[in-house]
Amino acid sequence: MIAADRLAHIFVEVADTLTDDFDLIEFLQGLTARSSDLLGISAAGLLLADHNGRLQLMAASDERTQMLELFQLQAHEGPCHECFSTGSAIVAADLANAQDRWPRWAPQAVHNGFRAVHAFPMRLRSEVIGALNLFSTDPGTIDPADARVVQALADIATIALIQERAIRQGEILTEQLQGALNARITIEQAKGALAHIHHCSMDEAYELLRVFAREAGRPISDVALDVTVRPGSLPELTSPSATDAD
Amino acid sequence: MQQLCRAAARELSAAGAGVSLLAQNGDASVLAASGPDIETVEQLQFTLGEGPCLDASALGRPVLTPDLSVAARARWPGYAPAVRGHGIDAVFAFPLQLGGARLGAMDVYRDRTGSLSTRDLHQGLAFAEAAMSTLLDAQAAADKEHPAFGRALDGQFEVYRAQGMVQAQLGVSLQEAMARLRAHAYAQDRPLHEVAADVVARRLVLEPDS
Repeated sequence: MIAADRLAHIFVEVADTLTDDFDLIEFLQGLTARSSDLLGISAAGLLLADHNGRLQLMAASDERTQMLELFQLQAHEGPCHECFSTGSAIVAADLANAQDRWPRWAPQAVHNGFRAVHAFPMRLRSEVIGALNLFSTDPGTIDPADARVVQALADIATIALIQERAIRQGEILTEQLQGALNARITIEQAKGALAHIHHCSMDEAYELLRVFAREAGRPISDVALDVTVRPGSLPELTSPSATDAD
Repeated sequence: MQQLCRAAARELSAAGAGVSLLAQNGDASVLAASGPDIETVEQLQFTLGEGPCLDASALGRPVLTPDLSVAARARWPGYAPAVRGHGIDAVFAFPLQLGGARLGAMDVYRDRTGSLSTRDLHQGLAFAEAAMSTLLDAQAAADKEHPAFGRALDGQFEVYRAQGMVQAQLGVSLQEAMARLRAHAYAQDRPLHEVAADVVARRLVLEPDS
């Protein structure tokens, strides 16, 4: 059950984002993090369709590599893909029994420890723009009342995104979506570079990036850009250190 | 590339299109334009040191200006009137980029105000992707098929991670790193994402001289 005060807090937060200095990346990340917090659900991912109609991972509550891969795989098969193409919520209470439905994706999800999924469509009337995907490590389904609340959050997000499109004839939204997609790519590139420099895993590389960005008070994607394009400007990050594994 | 510019102009019902290259050190040059007039217009940004192409490349996202007379005055006080003097009323700049690899931008010019339709926006983005692909394969023949690159743009993160690793390992630019990965995939006749997986798993190390 979702606590009422937590819910009120979240709706106020979401409403706050619909202002002049609307930041798409922050909005999508916040929504995704809130959705997984709200239900104590293991992880959430938000995918939006790009200009080619293909689902792209825009935000995840968990930056672990395996999580990203799992969300990404859904571009071609999985609950998000089905949710996006049908415009309906997709629920699987036990992924261990879902091999027929998603022969490649379901076993991968179970292998990564996930047993249940609920994908919420981001849709306004006949237009489906993406999907919000919640995973749980336990089998089972979300309480219907809670599911309605999460769908409402997804609906608010959809309205916010489509409003941008209507108000500004699509310019602001396209600019921000493309910017967010490119920022995502920049971060992955930086992870690769740091993984090489410090002989560490992609997840450890992301942690280095995240901690540095937080301490420097800079957006992660900005730091990521410096790592690969101006490595000399961040010797603390881009020089191998004595504590690196080998 | 000039053909690409002409095709883009035609498909987007535009007066013209141009592609410019922007280097890290600030060097800029017009690579191609759909016509000589457009080449002049494209050059204006560099002469004046401001404009949508420069912004798009710096910000890492498209800069879409459906009405140069309005918003643009504050944004580009020199550029906006200058380009309007050439009869251009709207400019749409699409960066040629792949994460941190930023090569420049494609600018689409219209002689009337108004936003791009959803279809035209998608077309613009597609043309920019095609231009980026062409640039990354500068050595390859322009008409060769590169299905591997399509997969990269599919958002397979592993390719971008491999790109970052090669960048750090060889100390080259991101675009050079991608070109090497693609060249290796092409030479070995393997899909790019497989080569990328090997690089990330450290099963494959690209040599400096390969």
